[in-house]
Amino acid sequence: MLRILINALRTGVVTTHYPAEPSVPPDRFRGAPVLRSGSRLPPPAVCPSGALTERIDAGGRHVALDLARCVFCGRCAEDPWEGAVTMGRDFELAARCRDDLRIEVVADDATIHGGSTAEPARDRDADAARASSEIRRVLGRSLQLRHLDAGSCNACDWELSALLNPVYDVRRLGIDFVASPRHADGVAVTGPVTRNLETAVRRTVEAVPDPRIVIAVGACAASGGIVGEGYASAGGVDRILPVDVYIPGCPPRPEAIIFGILVALGRLDARRVRKA
Amino acid sequence: MADHTVRFVDPADLPAAAAVLTGSHAMALATVVATDETATPDGDLKVRYVFEPTAPGGPDRFVTLVISVDATRPEVPSLTTLVPAANWHEREMRDLFGIVPVGHPDPRPLVVHDGWPQGVFPLRKAFDGSRRVAVEPAAEFPHLVAEGEGVFEIPVGPIHAGIIEPGHFRFSSVGETVLNLDARLFYTHRGLEKRMEGLSPLDAFYVVERICGVCSVAHGLGYCEALEQIAGVAAPPRARLIRTIALELERLYNHVGDVGNVCAGAAFHYGTTAGMRLKETLQQVNERLAGNRFLRGLVIPGGARLDLSSDLLRVLAATLRDTLAGLDALMERIEANPSVVDRLDDTGVLHHQTALDLAVAGVAARASGVDRDARRDHPHGAFVGVDPPDLHVVTASEGDAMARVTVRALEARESIRLIGEFVRRLEAGPLQIALADPLPGGRIGISAIESARGEAVHWLRTDAAGRVERYHLRSPSYHNWPAVALAGQTAIVPDFPLVNKSFELCYSCTDR
Repeated sequence: MLRILINALRTGVVTTHYPAEPSVPPDRFRGAPVLRSGSRLPPPAVCPSGALTERIDAGGRHVALDLARCVFCGRCAEDPWEGAVTMGRDFELAARCRDDLRIEVVADDATIHGGSTAEPARDRDADAARASSEIRRVLGRSLQLRHLDAGSCNACDWELSALLNPVYDVRRLGIDFVASPRHADGVAVTGPVTRNLETAVRRTVEAVPDPRIVIAVGACAASGGIVGEGYASAGGVDRILPVDVYIPGCPPRPEAIIFGILVALGRLDARRVRKA
Repeated sequence: MADHTVRFVDPADLPAAAAVLTGSHAMALATVVATDETATPDGDLKVRYVFEPTAPGGPDRFVTLVISVDATRPEVPSLTTLVPAANWHEREMRDLFGIVPVGHPDPRPLVVHDGWPQGVFPLRKAFDGSRRVAVEPAAEFPHLVAEGEGVFEIPVGPIHAGIIEPGHFRFSSVGETVLNLDARLFYTHRGLEKRMEGLSPLDAFYVVERICGVCSVAHGLGYCEALEQIAGVAAPPRARLIRTIALELERLYNHVGDVGNVCAGAAFHYGTTAGMRLKETLQQVNERLAGNRFLRGLVIPGGARLDLSSDLLRVLAATLRDTLAGLDALMERIEANPSVVDRLDDTGVLHHQTALDLAVAGVAARASGVDRDARRDHPHGAFVGVDPPDLHVVTASEGDAMARVTVRALEARESIRLIGEFVRRLEAGPLQIALADPLPGGRIGISAIESARGEAVHWLRTDAAGRVERYHLRSPSYHNWPAVALAGQTAIVPDFPLVNKSFELCYSCTDR
């Protein structure tokens, strides 16, 4: 017992100060890809998860990137597209609206637009503000989540577990994971919702008292990711249930999940795709 | 590269041929791969039963028995009563290909759940796998349960109380004693093998790397080695070393985390937290090396995607020193804690013969005295070559949870030593070798990789255009799950979490 105490004291405090202080990912970290204008933008076939799409109209070739679908493999930023696409370092990508995760670049134009036009974006802002004030009224600043594996590869699950380790210790932020959906304010879903889990997913979410928050953690939950839709996969949680917050990543690093949960709670603003 | 013998046998002769291999040749079933070749001139379905030697340090060899199956009457003799390890393989090919193993003792579906339509076989080529198949109301799954006075059924899962993967466990118990344990898995079946068919092998790599989070490197590497066999190239020496450093790092963060996790099952919270912290430190180093905490993005077909600079290697060396000290301190605390040791000793015993019969892999096999390690028996990565590093394969004879924890801790130490050795061997050189585009058609690649969980067998074949025609992964967990159910029956109900955590298996790479 004494040894344990000595070891613990010797180890000291290892807990991060995120989000009070920013987290700086290491140099090689692959965050949100940044698409630069130019004719060398990669064709959609380069992306193994189908996050890149293109359309050609009078305005030129538009290349769009869906961050919810992106697996951050970095392939689109490799030779020969190096420079046209670079892997950014931004990981605080959670959004309340799936469309906010779409980046579109016009190949012959230097501007980067959000996925949709300005008009509905304002409506969404108002919706988001209403949603977060309602969440705050009901839940206060604390959130009890139930993890729900809907067919994940276990990477997102491990990162959710990591939130409880001494480094991230999300309990310091009033966030915890509970054993029963009946004790939860919401669910953190990982995986694309497999056919074999669809019933269990529905029943688990129904067991969470209303109003409840559904957070789609990682590319598979947010969009189907690299799994996509298939005979055994629904291709994203929002095919089955309404989703409140989408957290991109394959898997999202623990700070990215903390960011997303705080967005869900209305304690942080979702960061919109930066307008150039 | 492994010596691969292929023999065509008549279906009627299959049991006799398998008996010779598993009997006098002392071979074990490595994997079973069914293929739909109805669109080829052969016009049939085929099943390949791949065997490997079990003698420690035996030759790097695979023997495949191939049988042709008539698509209009798809029946094969079942091997399960003769080769128990064939059990799930045969149920899987019945579900996915409609190939009926005649004489199989278990008629229940394995991979498909919930009112899956009759006569629909998703891995047949004619089946369009791109659309989701609706969930239909279904009768309750016929679990294998014990009956009698005072026998309780305890259903657990698929959604568990902790942050873990989904599976259903049905205990039949009298008081705390487990009479029978029936595990139902494949909840995370995503149809990934079908998903890869028709893709360019380079595109398909990104799917393989994401079959399982905690085996990302091992599965990525296994696929790459199978692919490189097809392409007829070998990754450059520096790339091989970097890939193998990644493989050992993956083993290390898994093993260290798993030792900590076992403590959670015994309510030893200091141990749990210490293990979590050590694992977290390693995953932070992973992110510095690969840009991803699960080391995704380091391995690539043809070599390594990223180099390891001397700065990064310095960071790595310092972390490994701290990890070694931390792991030793943790094991010391576990061994000095009678309440933990008492829970682990004699708990969840897997007998040596059972481990052999089920072709159990990895830590679970070695803790039951099975001296098998694919790093030695099917050399891969930097374990190949004229001067392979000296690998100490750790074994124990008890087969209980304590033995599995001890073997795991010793293997983690061995991984730290190996990484040091690989770093010393690094010499300047190219990182990648180009693969032909398109790849040669109609070729088969087979590889076996020792992942953190044990031996994983990859089987890949290209079609005429050099695309993925069929890929099959037999993960170590696939062979180990039935052993967990048997070992669980020797424990009491409250010890099952300990048994389960001491095996520490993946659901996602079993289910695919």
